[in-house]
Amino acid sequence: MSHTLRGYLRADGRKGIRNVVAVAYLVECAHHVARAIVTKSDDTEVHLIGFPGCYPNAYALKVMQAITTHPNVGGVLLVSLGCESFNREQLRATIEASGRPVETLVIQENGGTATTIAKGLQAVARLRAVASQAPLTPMAVSELVIGTICGGSDGTSGITANPAVGRAFDRLGAEGAACVFEETGELVGCETIMASRAITPELGLELEKSVQKAEAYYTVMGYGSFAPGNAEGGLTTQEEKSMGAYSKSGSAPIVGILKPGDLPPSGGLYLLDVVPDGEVRFGFPNISDNAEIVELIACGAHITLFTTGRGSVVGSAISPVIKICANPETYRKLSGDMDVDAGRVMEGRGTLDEVGSEIYDLVLAVAGGERTVSEALGHQEFILTYKAFDPIGPACLPLRRAS
Amino acid sequence: MSLILLHPDDNVLVLSAPVRAGQVLVIDGQAVTADVDVGVGHKLARRALAVGDKVLKYGAPIGSITTPVVAGGHVHLHNMKSDYIASHTRQATGAKGS
Repeated sequence: MSHTLRGYLRADGRKGIRNVVAVAYLVECAHHVARAIVTKSDDTEVHLIGFPGCYPNAYALKVMQAITTHPNVGGVLLVSLGCESFNREQLRATIEASGRPVETLVIQENGGTATTIAKGLQAVARLRAVASQAPLTPMAVSELVIGTICGGSDGTSGITANPAVGRAFDRLGAEGAACVFEETGELVGCETIMASRAITPELGLELEKSVQKAEAYYTVMGYGSFAPGNAEGGLTTQEEKSMGAYSKSGSAPIVGILKPGDLPPSGGLYLLDVVPDGEVRFGFPNISDNAEIVELIACGAHITLFTTGRGSVVGSAISPVIKICANPETYRKLSGDMDVDAGRVMEGRGTLDEVGSEIYDLVLAVAGGERTVSEALGHQEFILTYKAFDPIGPACLPLRRAS
Repeated sequence: MSLILLHPDDNVLVLSAPVRAGQVLVIDGQAVTADVDVGVGHKLARRALAVGDKVLKYGAPIGSITTPVVAGGHVHLHNMKSDYIASHTRQATGAKGS
């Protein structure tokens, strides 16, 4: 296939499908000022991101570095209170090294709230002007990174939206796109099935270990024993229940494991390991769906495919979210928030292959500039909290090792 | 059609609408009669299944058959079981054995 898209070419060679100026607060104390700058900018391409904590965290720095140098980002304004411990110099250096324009405003050195907001609006205007110079260049499907998550799942998720996304993933991956799935906590029971799809035995072992880690972590959090599938709903075994979530990944071989902020070194299917390493320190791995979406974007996702049964309405800052509704009743109630009616499979109004094709076509349309429903509604959620990770081992990325 | 085939390799189909006992369904061109009422989300055998057969859904083994099932028969707790052993359990068992 030779679908040719057009992407915004960044100085570091990466290509984006949006041209966003990110305004980032580096501690909660700078949140209001940053938000006021974004609100007063009144520009759909100016997005608010940030980290609320005052204590330093290597994970948060890595994710902020990855997000601010994401290919969809054309410029960054950092808003600092001044005394927080976030390493703003290092973040700024990373953004500069990527060739993106960056400005920093320290509230304590700029006369406080009102003047920093005024200066921030001027800074955003300058950053917009530079970002708008980004050349549009041909972009292949193989240059896309696509993520998937599920949220607000119900009994229909595993038989309509998730397998339909899997079909779209198979097609996108076959064309060379990097496809990323996650939430190992929902994969307990299918780790050996997943391991059998790894391109090397060592990677298969790492996949099993990642699920084992998730099971142990959630046990400490008090959500340990994943209830055996809801037998009344027709689920018979633990592995069957987990396969419902896992079916988003499609059927391609798994070529690697990523952790938040790692970029896929090639096309193909990746597992994003979102569960922290080491002892349980900062609470739940991801406190809400948007925390997972942020991590997918930190891995370079240009678009996130979000399957929902009960009906989530969220979108995201930086990268568009395509919402795929699994339940036909939910779709009727929330059709104004959904991009794809996968629940029609339940009512015989379509097949999984047809919905999979629709998702694939929509990915290309959105990559080509078409706005998703959540984008049009102004959803730009972003949440980043504390975590701790060890770097991935050599077995996790066999393709990079081999090259 | 009220039956969803999730993967071409599967030997079970998922009901997208309830079936009543006595209702005739067509599976891969063959007419079969449902012997019991079965609800949405449940599985029917795509073909006759023997004891020990892996149940394939999503193209993956989700358990094994414990009692023979006819084509169109309800596949659930009464005739299949999990093959899953949690990683940590497997490890603990291995440690005892060594």
